Amino acid sequence: MAEPVAAAGAPARSRGVRGSPTLGIGVATGYLSLIVLLPLAALIWQSGKGGSHSFWPAISSPEAVSAIELTLVASVVVAAVNAVAGTAIAWVLVRDRFPGKGIVNAVIDLPFALPTVVAGLTLLALYGSQSPIGINIAFTRTAIVLALLFVTLPFVVRTVQPVLKELDREMEDAAASLGAHKLSIFRRIIFPNLLPAILSGVALAFARAVGEFGSVVLISGNLPFKTQVASVFVFSQIESDDIRGAAAVSVLLLVISFVILLMIGAVRRWATRHDV
Amino acid sequence: MSRYGLRFAALAYLAMLLLVPLGMVFWRTFEHGFWPAFHAVTAPDARSALWLTVLIALIVVPLNTIFGVVCALAIVRGRFPGKGIVNAVVDLPLALSPVVVGLALLLLYGRLGWLGPWLGSHGIKIIYALPGMVLATIFVSLPFVVREVVPVLREIGTEQEQAAATLGASRFQIFRRVTLPAIRWGVAYGVVLTTARALGEFGAVSVVSGHIAGKTETMTQYVQAQYEGFNTSGAYAASVVLALLAVITLLAMTLFRRKEET
Repeated sequence: MAEPVAAAGAPARSRGVRGSPTLGIGVATGYLSLIVLLPLAALIWQSGKGGSHSFWPAISSPEAVSAIELTLVASVVVAAVNAVAGTAIAWVLVRDRFPGKGIVNAVIDLPFALPTVVAGLTLLALYGSQSPIGINIAFTRTAIVLALLFVTLPFVVRTVQPVLKELDREMEDAAASLGAHKLSIFRRIIFPNLLPAILSGVALAFARAVGEFGSVVLISGNLPFKTQVASVFVFSQIESDDIRGAAAVSVLLLVISFVILLMIGAVRRWATRHDV
Repeated sequence: MSRYGLRFAALAYLAMLLLVPLGMVFWRTFEHGFWPAFHAVTAPDARSALWLTVLIALIVVPLNTIFGVVCALAIVRGRFPGKGIVNAVVDLPLALSPVVVGLALLLLYGRLGWLGPWLGSHGIKIIYALPGMVLATIFVSLPFVVREVVPVLREIGTEQEQAAATLGASRFQIFRRVTLPAIRWGVAYGVVLTTARALGEFGAVSVVSGHIAGKTETMTQYVQAQYEGFNTSGAYAASVVLALLAVITLLAMTLFRRKEET
């Protein structure tokens, strides 16, 4: 009953009774084109308007390079912490039992529900200059990582949790009866089953971290070359009317997002093939 | 023993990252009693920011709900060229920086944008006005209903709809009496996520709003403006209003997820 196959995505269905809902397809693609594709096309076109002569200088200015570097390094750190902490939290929520677990489970979604700027302010209240516990990390790179950890918390937990729930306990019991150590059961049975979920959760968290703005803007101080991340760099370029610089870095962020989405799609296909 | 260690570590991480900081904001807000906080959130600029935020959500959520259901039906039931692209584009707002979204709108509708000159000569204002803020919010909150409804539609299949069709039901009747009741909790969950995102959107709206206090300032921008203007108590009080909305969102999410599972 608890076969992992059950979670392997939808079975192929016969064609809908109504054939293809033509009107719906038209509405869906039209709305998407108008809201999403048209503005992005304008962005890409504007960034390439001056040709490569203006695109490369804009994206390779020292300030831009330093912002992009900081963003990527911070996002890798955040993704790695999430891989461990997210899996551990999912494990505790599925396999452990303690009073108040339902509340903890609901709290996981708090970063999705709370506006990002409030998340940043919240962290400042505890870890800022008026910190009641004497930890002041405002305007440092540590603060950026902390803010990114806050907003990316749910991704790994919410992708790993359902897979862990569906996981067949009999395999673990069999391994234990054959004398396998707890750690080797985790490493050789549980972890391989969770890996696709962990990877797609980590990829989502990474994508979110790369583009994050609201939670970082108050706590980072936005000092160029020190604590200015890519999205804040783009914002400050817009404010100082350097649209070309803003557009060039934006196109890079757009490409990163798209590549990550393609990778997540690939991981999902790979995972379902394993199951079937 | 290791079980307790892991439980403690996980709960401590959640507490130090989420709950204690959030508690601090509440404590700082009501440090001097209820009334100072109440006066801070009923100041004219705060009231106008709250109303603007609600207005944007009232426009965006119904539009994205209708689109979400239609788009989910197209993705699950439709067969058309470019379906893979539609599927990928729907997810894009989840992975894209909100500032990039704002800039893209600026470069389409703004002074230097593709449509800017035409809009300007016709006296239509999109950037630094409500339409731009609405477009930005639609963009960033677009995927939620689609992503919640697609798996439910896959799950229910088409047998019941086929049965209804053989009994002579019209397409609209099938949708209203068979499909819609089956997907309603998925839709509700998506609506909650869309609303939370619409109320809390910051980056994309910041780029296109122009930040005019009392006019084009949403609740989240009001928080930032107050904090940067050294009125931290005003920022905290407005944050508490947004945090309370988030708590309501969490309650709704928990409720709807339970309904969806049964």
